[in-house]
Amino acid sequence: MKAYLGIDVGSVSINIVVLNEAGEVITGLYLRTQGRPIEVIQEGLKQTAGHLTPAIEIAGVGTTGSGRYLAGVIVGADVVKNEITAHAIAASMIIPDVQTVLEIGGQDSKIIILREGIVTDFAMNTVCAAGTGSFLDQQASRLNIPIDQFGELALQSGTPVRIAGRCTVFAESDMIHKQQMGHRIPDIIRGLSEALVRNYLNNVGKGKEILPPVVFQGGVAANAGIKAAFEEALGIPIQIPEHFNIMGAIGAAQLAREEVTITEHTRFKGFKITGLPYRTGSFECNGCPNICEVVEIYEEDKVIGRWGSRCNKWDIVE
Amino acid sequence: MPKITFPRMGESYRAFKMLLEDLGNEVVVPPRPSKRTLDLGIRYAPEFACFPLKILMGTYLETIEMGADTIVTTGGVGPCRAGEYAMLHHKILKDLGHDIKMIVFEPPRLHPVNFIKNLWALNKSGVSIRGVVAHIRRAWRKLQAMDKAEQLSHVMRPREINRGDTTRVYRKVLGWIDQAYSFEQIIEAESAAMEALGSISQDSKRIILKVGIVGEIYVLLEPASNLEVEETLGNLGVEVERSMFLTGWAKDNTWSETTERLTVKEAASPYLPELVGGHGRDSIGNTILYAKRGFDGIIQLAPFTCIPEIVARTILPRVSKDHDIAVLTFFLDEQTGKAGMTTRLEAFVDLLRRKKLFGRGAEPLTG
Repeated sequence: MKAYLGIDVGSVSINIVVLNEAGEVITGLYLRTQGRPIEVIQEGLKQTAGHLTPAIEIAGVGTTGSGRYLAGVIVGADVVKNEITAHAIAASMIIPDVQTVLEIGGQDSKIIILREGIVTDFAMNTVCAAGTGSFLDQQASRLNIPIDQFGELALQSGTPVRIAGRCTVFAESDMIHKQQMGHRIPDIIRGLSEALVRNYLNNVGKGKEILPPVVFQGGVAANAGIKAAFEEALGIPIQIPEHFNIMGAIGAAQLAREEVTITEHTRFKGFKITGLPYRTGSFECNGCPNICEVVEIYEEDKVIGRWGSRCNKWDIVE
Repeated sequence: MPKITFPRMGESYRAFKMLLEDLGNEVVVPPRPSKRTLDLGIRYAPEFACFPLKILMGTYLETIEMGADTIVTTGGVGPCRAGEYAMLHHKILKDLGHDIKMIVFEPPRLHPVNFIKNLWALNKSGVSIRGVVAHIRRAWRKLQAMDKAEQLSHVMRPREINRGDTTRVYRKVLGWIDQAYSFEQIIEAESAAMEALGSISQDSKRIILKVGIVGEIYVLLEPASNLEVEETLGNLGVEVERSMFLTGWAKDNTWSETTERLTVKEAASPYLPELVGGHGRDSIGNTILYAKRGFDGIIQLAPFTCIPEIVARTILPRVSKDHDIAVLTFFLDEQTGKAGMTTRLEAFVDLLRRKKLFGRGAEPLTG
């Protein structure tokens, strides 16, 4: 039976899914990146292989996320795509008439507007990561609350406190100030959720026509407090898909499926790569005053990828 | 003999160098902005100033190290702080102990006396008026030749079969134009350049998207300041047309306004009837003109904190809706990581391609 592998290498998590021919998830993994993408990809693929029956044959591989090129050279990807396209594809597989996708991940937040299945507009956070998963993580650990309870706590609030949401530094000092005045933690967290949603809609969502059905995905969609704040601010119900935290990987797998119908073969190197040694190295190129830091990745003793240079001097010609 | 330098904007330095040398000056060619340029610029420029001021600050300090003692630059019109940058740079350099001379050209159409006085200060060999005019005409012709070659490279790059061919040929032909000196030689080099670029092997079946680039002049003209966005787009299969070339801008501010520019102003007037400084109004007007010409999308490039472009940015969503054209804005600053820009560009190009292939609501995204 043919199946398609999708890998989303994000700043905070690495997600790996296998889709069957019908586009259903056979297996899906959500692993923390922990600053070691290569090891986690290998470990994840090992676990994934363990979930698959021998009858399943990987017929295509797609990668996405900020580490998509790295993952792409390691596994031998058929398609390497940006997160926006991957998320849009995944959302419309699950809810075909979706018109708005809200996606909040570790470092990125984005909004994607679709009309009749076509992406017509999108926006991503620009210079600041206020309101993304990393910041929520950081605040949860500062308050010593497990991140998976953070959202639920917000729902217990009766009187939300106003928190400044434009910048994480301002938000944090505002939260500390309110906490020292004696406000209850659920009220502060609820206030934070509202602030983040306000900032998201005013920054990322600026000028966008948000029409239902609205799908909310990405790691932060697990946070019930943020979902509630979105529903309150928009006045429309928000849907969270079953596999909300691995949607990028689902989209990548689907794109791989589309790609191999054209190329008719896969470049997937096989699950054997989980046992190969990979290492990276870097050097400064002194060819011009840019002094680029070039990163190389080795599979055994062979360079399989290089990036970081501003010109094509170090590109690898296949 | 004074050693002269000037701001670097793309490849234009080749023509300015020739002109200044013809007038009997020794020229220090400004190096391509690099990490070091940025480090120097950011250390000595005010924190809140915009990106072009910081790059130029760094460039001046680098050229002073190389022996320059005179800087030739331009002033500006309208309510944009760039008009004061020459004075600010001069003051900062003085504070740092560099005793340099600053020659600031204001638009000659508005300040003819300033123009002639400055030109005379630069005329070290005492060239006759007719001679000066001839030198300027030749430098101008060289600029035009380079602009034409660059425009053709934007057409060829998305169609090239072997990735990198266009950039390689373009580098080579710039050398030819650079070497050309007499009027005839420049014309000859130009046609050789056009032929060489035109004969790059191309894939005629490829579906090519057309994207117009609008925004602030410095980040538009100096590829080192915009993370080489045009080359990146070309490699993604996009033909770019930049709304601004030095020959176009100089013409508008020197002799007369071109009719095209009038239409830019007219096109923008329903949305922005005022001059907001810099190129804010041009960004809006050009977006509309590109939309009318059937372009697939627009990219706006702006220095972080640039007020004219911020004004344009807040109006563009409306223009985008009215004229059904996608617009993507990049605010540029000292970040040199390309990943964020590449992701957004890829997604933007995907959006345009799907729109072009399937039209609105014709074909679903999946399947």
